[in-house]
Amino acid sequence: MSTTEKAGGATAQYLDERLGSNKWLGKNLKKVFPDHWSFMLGEIILYSFIVVLITGVFLTLFYKPSLVEVIYEGSYVPLKGVEMTEAYASTLQISFDIRGGLLIRQMHHWAALIFVAAIAVHAFRVFFTGAFRKPRELNWVIGVGLIVLALGAGFTGYSLPDDLLSGTGLQIARGIVQAIPIVGTWAAFLLFDGEFPGVDFMSRIYMAHILLIPGLILALVTVHLMLVWYQKHTQFPGQGRTNENVVGYPLMPIYMAKAGGFFFIVFGIIALLSGLVNINPVWIFGPYTPDQVTAGTQPDWYIGWLDGALRVMPNWETVAFGYTISWNILIPAVIVPGIIFTAMALYPFLEAWATGDKREHHLLERPRNAPVRTGIGVMAIVFYSLLWLGGGNDLVATTFDLSINAITWFLRIGLIVLPPLAFIITKRICLGLQRKDREKLLHGYESGRILRLPHGEFIEVHEPLPKAQQAVLASMIESHNTPLPAPAKTDANGVRNKRYRIDKLRSRLSNFYYRDAVAPPTMAEIEAGQAHVAHEAELEAPLHEYEESNYVTVPFHGGVLHEQGEPMTNAEALEADKGSERGTD
Amino acid sequence: MSDLTTRGSDNSGDKPLPEKPHGILARPEYEGPGALTVADVEHRPRRSDLDPKAARRVERQITLMFLLSMVMVVLFVIAYVSLNSTQTVYIPVLGLIGAQNVALGVTFGAAIFFIGAGAIQWAKKLMPDVEVVQDRHRLASTPDQDAAAAAQYERGKEESGFAAYRILRRTLIGALALFPIPLVVLVRDMWTNTDPALEGLSPAEILSETAWTDGLPIVVDGTYQPIRPEDIPVGGLVSALPENIREIQKEFHNLNERGKSAIILVRMDPGEIRSQQGDGWDYQGILAFSKICTHVGCPIALYEHRTHHLLCPCHQSTFDLADSGNVIFGPAARRMPQLPIGVNEEGFLVARSDFQEPVGPSFWERG
Repeated sequence: MSTTEKAGGATAQYLDERLGSNKWLGKNLKKVFPDHWSFMLGEIILYSFIVVLITGVFLTLFYKPSLVEVIYEGSYVPLKGVEMTEAYASTLQISFDIRGGLLIRQMHHWAALIFVAAIAVHAFRVFFTGAFRKPRELNWVIGVGLIVLALGAGFTGYSLPDDLLSGTGLQIARGIVQAIPIVGTWAAFLLFDGEFPGVDFMSRIYMAHILLIPGLILALVTVHLMLVWYQKHTQFPGQGRTNENVVGYPLMPIYMAKAGGFFFIVFGIIALLSGLVNINPVWIFGPYTPDQVTAGTQPDWYIGWLDGALRVMPNWETVAFGYTISWNILIPAVIVPGIIFTAMALYPFLEAWATGDKREHHLLERPRNAPVRTGIGVMAIVFYSLLWLGGGNDLVATTFDLSINAITWFLRIGLIVLPPLAFIITKRICLGLQRKDREKLLHGYESGRILRLPHGEFIEVHEPLPKAQQAVLASMIESHNTPLPAPAKTDANGVRNKRYRIDKLRSRLSNFYYRDAVAPPTMAEIEAGQAHVAHEAELEAPLHEYEESNYVTVPFHGGVLHEQGEPMTNAEALEADKGSERGTD
Repeated sequence: MSDLTTRGSDNSGDKPLPEKPHGILARPEYEGPGALTVADVEHRPRRSDLDPKAARRVERQITLMFLLSMVMVVLFVIAYVSLNSTQTVYIPVLGLIGAQNVALGVTFGAAIFFIGAGAIQWAKKLMPDVEVVQDRHRLASTPDQDAAAAAQYERGKEESGFAAYRILRRTLIGALALFPIPLVVLVRDMWTNTDPALEGLSPAEILSETAWTDGLPIVVDGTYQPIRPEDIPVGGLVSALPENIREIQKEFHNLNERGKSAIILVRMDPGEIRSQQGDGWDYQGILAFSKICTHVGCPIALYEHRTHHLLCPCHQSTFDLADSGNVIFGPAARRMPQLPIGVNEEGFLVARSDFQEPVGPSFWERG
C-alpha cells in the first residue's frame, strides 16, 4: 500500500467515525449506471453549468452593475471618449483590458448557450423515451422548473452588458410586463424602479442573475440528481435488462473515469470554442440609449421563440370601461408560454390518468412504441420551430428575398395547421415501424439472399434475429395497452354513475392513446416464429455448405462469389476460351 | 447471471476469452463483497484485451494526451505574459480574432480537453468493459412501514392536541396566513415617486406625459442643434429630441425622458398626406411622430420614403405616416402618436403642445 493510499485510508477512517461514510461507500462505489449516448446530455447540462459558475465568479470581480454615466477611457479605440454606463464600460474593460477577460466572458456566454441547448435536448430525450413516467414524475416537474430558471438566467445575463442589444431586450421585457392586466403598470414601475431605463434596475437584475436564479438552479439540480441517484437511472430495453434490474458499469472506476473525463471534455470544448469563435461582440453594438436600435437585432437563441410569437401575433387589443387589454402582447408573451410550461409540467400526470397506467417504469420506451406521445412531442417541436423561425423572420426575408408580410402570414396559418399535421404523420410513421418490428419478431429478418430450391422455387432466406435485437424489439409487448372501456351511465341496479362525464373523458383520452395500437405478438409466438426461422435456416444449411464448397471468396473483388477454378480476369477468361475445355457445372 | 469468476459462460457464441486478459489492469477476480454480478449480455473482447501490443499502444496514447495537457498549460502562461489584447489574427472561416484570445483559448481548452480525452480512453480501452447487473430496490414502503408512519402521525396528533384545541388551531392558521403580508407590503417601495417634476403622479400618469410643451424647440439627436424646416429635404428623416433633453438627463441622472420624448421628423409632399391626427399638425409637409413603437417600445427609424411606411426592426409593426401613422401590418395595435409642430420667431421648428395620447407600449390604465 502506497503512502497516499495510507493517508486516504486514514481520512476515510476519520470521516467514517463521524459520518458512517464507509457504509455508503461500500454500497455505492459499485453502484451500476446504464450506458447510452443519450444519457450524456444530462451530464453536458451539469458540466456547462459548472463552467458557467466558475467563469461567472471571475466576471463578478470586474463587472459593475451600475447605470451611472461615465466617459470611456479604456483601450478600445473606437469608443474612446464616448459617454456610457459603468455597466457597459466595465464589460469593455473585461473584454479589452483584463488579460483573458474576453476569453472568460465568451466561455461564460458559450457555456450558457450550451447549457440551455443541452437542457432542451435532454428534455426531449426524457419525453420521447417516457423516462418521466412513474416513479419519476416529480423529477420531471423539477426539470421543467429548471428550464424556466435557465431561460431567466440567460435573459438576465444577456441584459447585463448594457449594450444596444441588451437594452432593447429589456425594453421589450418591460413592454410585456406593462401589458399585464390590472397590475402591469405598477409591476413595471416597481421592478424597473420607475420609468425605463431607470437607474436602479441593473443592480436588481444583477442580483437575480448572480444570486437568486443560480441559487435556485443549484438547489433544484441537487434534488434532481439525488432523485436520479436514489431512484436509479432508467435503461433502454435490451438483452438481460428488465424492469427490476440495472445493467451497466460500476461507478468506480468506469463511471468516475468516464463522467469525470467527460467534464473535462465539455470544459475543454467550451474553452476552445470561446478562443476561436467570437460571441456577443458588445463593443460593435455600442452603448444603450432608449432611442436607438439596430435592424436585424436578435436575442439569444432560446428567447427567439418568444420574440417570434410576439412578431407573428395579430394586433388585437381590447378597450373596455376605459381599460386596455393588449392581447397582442399577452397571448404570445404570457398566455401561450404559460400554457406550454404548465402543460409540460403536467404531462406525466395527464398521460398516466388518460391511460390508466399505474405501474413503475424503469425500462425506457422506444418512441415508436408510444406513437401518440411521440406525435405530441414532434408537434411541440414543429410549433416551437415555427415560432423560432418567426423570431428570425427579418433575416429569412432579407436572406431569401421574401416578403416579410408573406412570411408572417405563412407562420400565422402554419402555427395552427402544421403541428397537427406533424402529429398525424409522426403517429403513422411510428405505427408503420411497429408493424415492421412485429414482422421481424415473427418471421426473422430478410437476409436479402435469394435461393433456388432443387425443385426450381425461389425463396428469400429469413434469418433469426440476434438475441440482443430480439430483446429490443420485443419491448413492444411491454408498451402495449388497450383503451379503457366506455363507462356505463348507470350501474347494474340502475343507479346513476356520478363520475360518468369524467370517466367518459378518460375513456376517450385512453382511446386517443391506444385505439390504433399495433397488437404485438406474444412472447410464445415470437419464440415459435424465431424457432421456425432457425429451423428453416437449418434446413438450408446443407445447401449452403454445398454451394460454398464450390466457391471461393475473392477478397479484392469485395467478396463477390467466384467459382473455384474460374478465371479471375477477362484476359484469363479469353485464355480459357481458347483452351475451349471448360468444366461443366 | 453468474459471478465474475465464471464469466465467459454467457459468451458461448463468441470467441472464448483468453484465460487471463492482457490489459494492464486485467480485472482481478474478487470474491466476497468486492464481487460484481456479470450481466446476461453478449460480450465481445476488445483488441486491447486480447493483444498486449494493442494495450501498450493505448497506454502510450493516453500518456501522450496527459503530457500534451501539461505542455498546453506552459504555453498558456507564455501566451498570457507575451501577447497583448490589440494584436489580431486572421483565421479562415472564423475571421479576424484577437490573437491573445485565440492563444489563451486554444491552450487552455486543449489542456483541459486532453485530460478528459485521456481519462475516457483509459476507461473505454483499459478498464473492464463487461457489463454488470444490480437489482432495483422497491421504492414504496411495505404495509408495515405504512402502518408505522400512520401510527406515529396519530400519536403526534393526539399529543399535540391539534384536533382537540379548536380555537388554538384556528388562530394559528390565521396567524400563519397573515404573517407573509409584511413581506408583500415591503415590496411597495421598490419604486417611490421622488422626482419633483412628477410629484403626485401615478405610474399611468407618468407614462402619459413627456417633456414636450408648446414652443419647445426641436433639436437634432446627436448634434443637439435646433433645426429649420428647409434643413429637411422631401423624403428625409431626422431623429430629434426636445431642446432641454440634456438638462433633464443631468438633473435626473437617467435616460427616461429620452425613452419617451424621442421623435422622428419626416417630410413629404403636402399633397401626399392623406390624413393627420389633428388638423394642420404638420408644418409645410413636415410631420413629427413618436419614435417609440406602440407595441413593446422599440425605437423605430426604418422609413421608406416612397411609401411613407415606418417599420419597427424588432417585431415588424408597420405604420403609414401619410395616413395618421395608422398600423398597416404587424403586432402593434395603436397608431404612432403624432406631435403637433410649428416654427418660432427665429424660424426653428418647435412643438405646439405635448403628445395628445401616451407614447410607447399600451398599459392597463391607458384606455
